[in-house]
Amino acid sequence: MKTTEQLEAKLKRRSKAAKLEIWGRLVSLTALMLIVAVVVAIIGFVASKGIATFTSNHVSLWDFLSGKSWNPGVNGANGKPEVGALPMIVGSFLITILSAIVATPFAIGTAVFMNEISPNKGAKILQPVTELLVGIPSVVYGFIGLSVVVPTTRAIFGGSGFGILSGTCVLFVMILPTVTSMSADALRAVPRYYREASLALGATQWQTIYKVVLRAATPGLMTAVVFGMARAFGEALAVQMVIGNAALMPNSLVSPSSTLTSVLTTGIGNTVMGSLQNNALWSLALVLLFMSLVFNLIIRLIGRKGRLQ
Amino acid sequence: MFVNNDVKNAMAMEERHVIKLSDPDHPVILSTEDLHVYYGKKEALFEGDLEFASNQITALIGPSGSGKSTYLRSLNRMNDRIATVTGKIMYRGVDINQPSIDVYEMRRRVGMVFQRPNPFAKSIYDNIAFALRLRGVTGKHKLDEIVETSLKQAALWDQVKDDLNKSALALSGGQAQRLCIARAIAIKPDILLLDEPASALDPVSTGQLEDTLLSLKEHYTIIIVTHNMQQAARISEYTAFFNQGRVLEYDTTSHIFTNPSVQVTSDYVSGNFG
Ligand SMILES: Nc1ncnc2c1ncn2[C@@H]1O[C@H](COP(=O)(O)OP(=O)(O)O)[C@@H](O)[C@H]1O
Ligand SMILES: [Mg+2]
Repeated sequence: MKTTEQLEAKLKRRSKAAKLEIWGRLVSLTALMLIVAVVVAIIGFVASKGIATFTSNHVSLWDFLSGKSWNPGVNGANGKPEVGALPMIVGSFLITILSAIVATPFAIGTAVFMNEISPNKGAKILQPVTELLVGIPSVVYGFIGLSVVVPTTRAIFGGSGFGILSGTCVLFVMILPTVTSMSADALRAVPRYYREASLALGATQWQTIYKVVLRAATPGLMTAVVFGMARAFGEALAVQMVIGNAALMPNSLVSPSSTLTSVLTTGIGNTVMGSLQNNALWSLALVLLFMSLVFNLIIRLIGRKGRLQ
Repeated sequence: MFVNNDVKNAMAMEERHVIKLSDPDHPVILSTEDLHVYYGKKEALFEGDLEFASNQITALIGPSGSGKSTYLRSLNRMNDRIATVTGKIMYRGVDINQPSIDVYEMRRRVGMVFQRPNPFAKSIYDNIAFALRLRGVTGKHKLDEIVETSLKQAALWDQVKDDLNKSALALSGGQAQRLCIARAIAIKPDILLLDEPASALDPVSTGQLEDTLLSLKEHYTIIIVTHNMQQAARISEYTAFFNQGRVLEYDTTSHIFTNPSVQVTSDYVSGNFG
């Protein structure tokens, strides 16, 4: 009898490990709550500021999204403030999509080489180079763009050399390492036995890569590309240095234009809090935030679909 | 001179016992001569010299790490990028271990099924059509016909004939393994290599798989690695015993299991190994 009681007492006593466990949970829960609070605060702040354009300055959402002239502070012919964000929205999407289109084949090609064709060289040379490139600050890319890409564009196409094309070139180089290393991860995640099964059926290495490995890695590769697009969409500094910063509808790839981010970074220091000029910029920030949420959502959807397969 | 009985018995046992085949009904279709395999500098297979009889089942048995998979994977050059393989692999009179051999064409004739069922994340139909399409078979009728006969030969047709377009990943382990067999035989190989194909399966699926292999013998030469000695005894005509990278004994299955010539084989098949 006594031993049973002793055992029960012993089992019921909170051991040191159990107490530590509670502490650990408490600490990590607090950290989590803090992060959630910060994220909610940021979204709330940007949203409240960004909505002010429409609530206190009475700009219609449609005019904001479809208007082609951006000149906050000046009233247009119809007496309304000119806060048409379409040029920047178009600029942002154009530059994002173009750089992704150019970067994707290079990234996947490099990843295939690193992972399938020459894993040794890949691990020794390409992997470290890629990781190094990911870590270079964007101002460096922008500076190189300014001193190399812009003059080259000018020499070939005339004009100032600033514009979507230069921006695309810089962004292409910037997102390439990220997309490449994520693509390589996606290929690495394809089980080795898929490759073996294919080779044992007499498929060549190219057939195996093309018909088996790339197919199986498609969700991961799509995630890599969308991730690169999210990065391109949000990049401010480097783009601002080469795009020319003219809030005009881009009528060619080599005419000065602007993106949501470039207008934001050049304009935000020159406006007064609470003014329409300032609120309009916050609305642009809201569009950016919304788009990055959309990119995130796409990445999650792809991930979920990939798991279901 | 006085000799202890045990010692006398041991002396009567041979060091190594490898027969040459001479069955006119089942001529040798594949043989290896002086086959050595190196992973880097490490030699994993010393001198494999076996002959395989056509339309028979040959079992490769032996403790884990004894080089069975290494040997088997060399036969269809799956070790090409992993290991160095020296020696001859004679397939119908041609040495397929030469650099000039087109390994893709060769693997069409020497198919392989792995330990772990490894269907592609495609439909059942597309899994089987995969290798056919690679070889330019695209006609719907032709493909349908081959898919059906392959699944029938692999004893899977009745279970999946209504689900051909469903994902192969939904199959059970035993079904998936039989799909892999169907996939391998769809391109009509001469020889089928199987590396512990039943080790991931339950006893019922294992039994079904063995029946399938026995019926496939009519069309294919089968070489199967197994760690399950009862399995080897049940289905094979010939058995090779591997130990520490060497083929220690090769003979008919009944000889290996009832009257082995080498002491180590005797210990292994009677379970006194260690
Ligand atoms: N890819 C490899 N790289 C290096 N060594 C290997 C590799 N595969 C097998 N080996 C080694 O070769 C020996 C034989 O292995 P294996 O052929 O897999 O044996 P079995 O199939 O009989 O269990 C083992 O010592 C194993 O560690
Ligand atoms: Mg093995």
